[in-house]
Amino acid sequence: MSERVKEQKNSPETAASQKAPKDTAEPAANPVAAAKAEAALPALGVKGTLRWAWTQLTSMRTALFLLLLLAVAAVPGSLFPQRPANPSIVTQRIKNDGDLGKVLDALQLFDVYSSAWFSAIYILLFISLIGCVVPRAIAHYKAMRSQPPRTPKRLSRLPEYGTLVIPADAGIPASRAVDDAAGLLKKRGYRVEVRDDDGAQPSLGAERGFLKEVGNLVFHTSLIGVLVSVAAGGLFGYSGQRILVEGDTFVNTLVGYDQFTPGTNFQSSQLQPYSMRLDKFRATFDLESQGKIGQPIDFKADVTTKESPDAPEQQEVLKVNDPVSLGGTSVYLTGNGYAPLVTIRDGQGNVAFQGPVVGRLQGDNYYSSVVIKVPDAKPDQLGFVGFFLPTEAVTQDGISFSEYPDLLNPTLTLSSFFGDLGLDNGDPQNVFELDVKELKPLNARNLDAGGITLKPGTSQTLPDGKGSITFDGVKRYIGVDIHHNPGQLYALIFALLAVAGLVTSLYVNRRRVWVRTGTHEDGRTMVEYGLLARGEDHRLAGEAQAIRQLLVEEWGLESQDAKASQDSQSVPSGQADNGGAKRADGAEATEAAEATAATKAPAADVNQSTAGSTEHKKDQ
Amino acid sequence: MLPINETMGFYSELFMLLAGCTYTVAFIAFAWDLAKSSKALRAVDLKAAAAAEALEAASSPAAAKIPVTAGSVREASTDRTDSDVSGPVGRAERPSSAVSAAGAGSGLGQTADAGMHYGAERRVPARVAVALTVLGASIHAVGVLTRGFGAGRVPWGNMYEFLTTGAFVAIAVFLVVLIRRDLRFLGTFVVGLVIIMLVAAGTAYMTPVGHLVPALQSYWLIIHVSIAVLSSALFTLTFAMSALQLVQAHRQKTIASGGADKLGFMRLVPSALSLENLSYRINAIAFVGWTFTLMFGAIWAEKAWGRFWGWDTKEVWTFVIWVVYAGYLHARATRGWTGTRAAWLSIVGYLCVVFNFTIVNQFFNGLHSYSGL
Ligand code: HEM
Repeated sequence: MSERVKEQKNSPETAASQKAPKDTAEPAANPVAAAKAEAALPALGVKGTLRWAWTQLTSMRTALFLLLLLAVAAVPGSLFPQRPANPSIVTQRIKNDGDLGKVLDALQLFDVYSSAWFSAIYILLFISLIGCVVPRAIAHYKAMRSQPPRTPKRLSRLPEYGTLVIPADAGIPASRAVDDAAGLLKKRGYRVEVRDDDGAQPSLGAERGFLKEVGNLVFHTSLIGVLVSVAAGGLFGYSGQRILVEGDTFVNTLVGYDQFTPGTNFQSSQLQPYSMRLDKFRATFDLESQGKIGQPIDFKADVTTKESPDAPEQQEVLKVNDPVSLGGTSVYLTGNGYAPLVTIRDGQGNVAFQGPVVGRLQGDNYYSSVVIKVPDAKPDQLGFVGFFLPTEAVTQDGISFSEYPDLLNPTLTLSSFFGDLGLDNGDPQNVFELDVKELKPLNARNLDAGGITLKPGTSQTLPDGKGSITFDGVKRYIGVDIHHNPGQLYALIFALLAVAGLVTSLYVNRRRVWVRTGTHEDGRTMVEYGLLARGEDHRLAGEAQAIRQLLVEEWGLESQDAKASQDSQSVPSGQADNGGAKRADGAEATEAAEATAATKAPAADVNQSTAGSTEHKKDQ
Repeated sequence: MLPINETMGFYSELFMLLAGCTYTVAFIAFAWDLAKSSKALRAVDLKAAAAAEALEAASSPAAAKIPVTAGSVREASTDRTDSDVSGPVGRAERPSSAVSAAGAGSGLGQTADAGMHYGAERRVPARVAVALTVLGASIHAVGVLTRGFGAGRVPWGNMYEFLTTGAFVAIAVFLVVLIRRDLRFLGTFVVGLVIIMLVAAGTAYMTPVGHLVPALQSYWLIIHVSIAVLSSALFTLTFAMSALQLVQAHRQKTIASGGADKLGFMRLVPSALSLENLSYRINAIAFVGWTFTLMFGAIWAEKAWGRFWGWDTKEVWTFVIWVVYAGYLHARATRGWTGTRAAWLSIVGYLCVVFNFTIVNQFFNGLHSYSGL
């Protein structure tokens, strides 16, 4: 973006203001500019300062600085636990760290990506982006509509330059030569303008590769699109979780969720009341690979869905990496486990609880914790805590563990309690935790009555006539995440656009070609051409070669070809960087000299264009 | 799900070991090449300098020392034209290009072809080294393939496989680029790195063949990870070039200001500007690859976890890398940031890549922590 840089440097009235901090990276380029800026200071005022600030903000250097700052600012988010992902870990961490934790929290280090400082960086970056893209788009629109720039006087100054001579007997006058070249270049995708077609030295200017800049603009604009889409998703989306035991049905209403996170603009009317029933969940585990026994290989949930309460039922398979789309949402399989089925009878012999109890995963091989609260038991409420092991095994020390994730030897080990569960006053409680402080133990390993150990189909009577518990069997459950994100599709579209723009911008080359012809006294038609690239272009030399080849073929100049290719190889095109100054002592001087000598009288400009040739040196 | 073939897995490990041994010999050959060539070049220099001195002494006693070197080096070099990797137009004021313009213009302590085309002189050790690298890569390829067949899936599902397959891709990319460009000066570096990767895989991350956990069972694994590995391999090359660029720029400056050339072997390395230009081109490709890595990762995350972006540690670092390299591309178009500073950005970007792969995979827990450890 040399234009941008230049613009900045050349506008002293905006480049510096005494009040605002100077750009430290580059001190005022030259004393004259600084002096001018000083002289202009009284006129700067508020407007001037604002303009100065704007120029600074939209400069390439600021963009680069903000980009690097963004990279640095993103890092703490990987060093500290983040609230949106792990709220409980963050709470714990703040508690453990004491004052330090509070300081870290005040610095928003647990909410990096919604923090004021992170937001400030990316918002500034995107403002800078807009300030950068809009003027460039306007400038480029104008450039695309204007003609290729006028033919430079000295084509030999260009990074790629060459000459061709058409013999007099070929019958191709200067004007036709230019037209031929114009035709060829048009076919190559250049936009061409022929100048002075009837004059002594007709020439053409050609340009191609406007898509490069378009690609760059599309890329940057699409980044804004991605950001806006993501923000919109947060506003209008929602997400939630639900645990489904085999046989359970989820209905997409607020009460259907175990946990629900609405977006800022969420309305419950957005929920389409579809339903999904878990029919069966199948898990496959590795039985053979050494060192990996018990590693899961496949999870598969058979579900029956209905788009709306009276729509027909549909069978679908829900898998990890393979969500089910339903009613504008996607349903993901995010977890699974075991839910032992138990029947609990109270002291009066009535069934106080019957059904599945979701086990929470605690350790390897589905070692799960189980909590059962039985508020309906009479005369005393009952509570159970313990573990479920799909394949129980016992160590030498008598400690039970789960040996394999599948149901080879399912075992339920529990302790039981009675008393007031504290549920009646209406305070919400965690269903996965039982507070035993207020309860009296009935069964426990350290009591006379011992703990409860059950295999499927067995029962155990509780001491003191408090009732009994039966382990009826095991069902599996799945955890599903339900997401609705309206911004997602747009984010994808913009991301794809961005990539397309990026690739275009990086691999399309913007090039200009000029060709000038003239007729030598002896009737030969002299042709010279030059190429210029804008931005990085390592294939400019190849393009020059290709164009030369086309012209040679067009005019049947085989004899020159060998010389030509040799010639253009020996021309160091690397002088793109060094300017054209050294060009003339390159090997092409011989031919240039030939051309010059040949066209001396009638084609003064061609002559001039080979400045620094041997001919010229002699003159000096 | 194809069954696991443990015999195949065993053979794979054997091939990896063999490949590692072959690379080690190749490494030695590359190092030998550097040492030998720099000695040979110095000898040529000395001879030419002596001749030139005699000549210069006769014609102009005031002749400076530098042009003498220039003359001599010009003879030693075969083709120093910048023809293929010229810098961007209108950036002649760039510091690095100023240095290299001086360097290329007068041939200051410079021998390697800036276009990185093969020269005419035969470098026997280098040829041996490349041949050995090709041999090593072939064995390595068999190792990767047998691993894939043994596991019945693509061989990039855990750290061991990322490393072994990644190392293979790095070598393959290097060899492919070698067809067109004489990057043999990078040989010690690339082969050395690949050996480190193989050793790390074989010791710290050894994992027998096995099935993938369900979270990884997706065609996105094939797409996302392969592009990530390929981009990382390209970043590896540019990292090496940027590091050399810094050294070379320093050396060019020292020589230009009349200092002694202490790093003779750097004669085999092209000018700082040529290195910068080629690494820019490779970085541009790798950046597009990394953009795809990021996007496909997001799409996969959406499929697997229900959200396309959640600032998981791995996602954070992938993003950081992307932004750093975006910064690099910007730097190349920002006055005062080309040359050395851009090279530093390229190096920082690569350090982030390495960090993302090693530390983040191992010590940070996040959703990606299933990398098979
Ligand atoms: C969200 C932050 C940004 C990102 C991720 C980003 C990324 C990139 C990338 C990857 C390129 C190289 C590919 C191409 O040429 O299309 C690039 C080029 C460019 N960017 Fe940005 N950019 C950002 C913001 C900006 C801003 C704020 C500005 C304006 C001050 C800007 C101006 C430019 C210009 C002028 C180029 C072309 C450079 C050239 O001609 O080589 N970018 N950007």
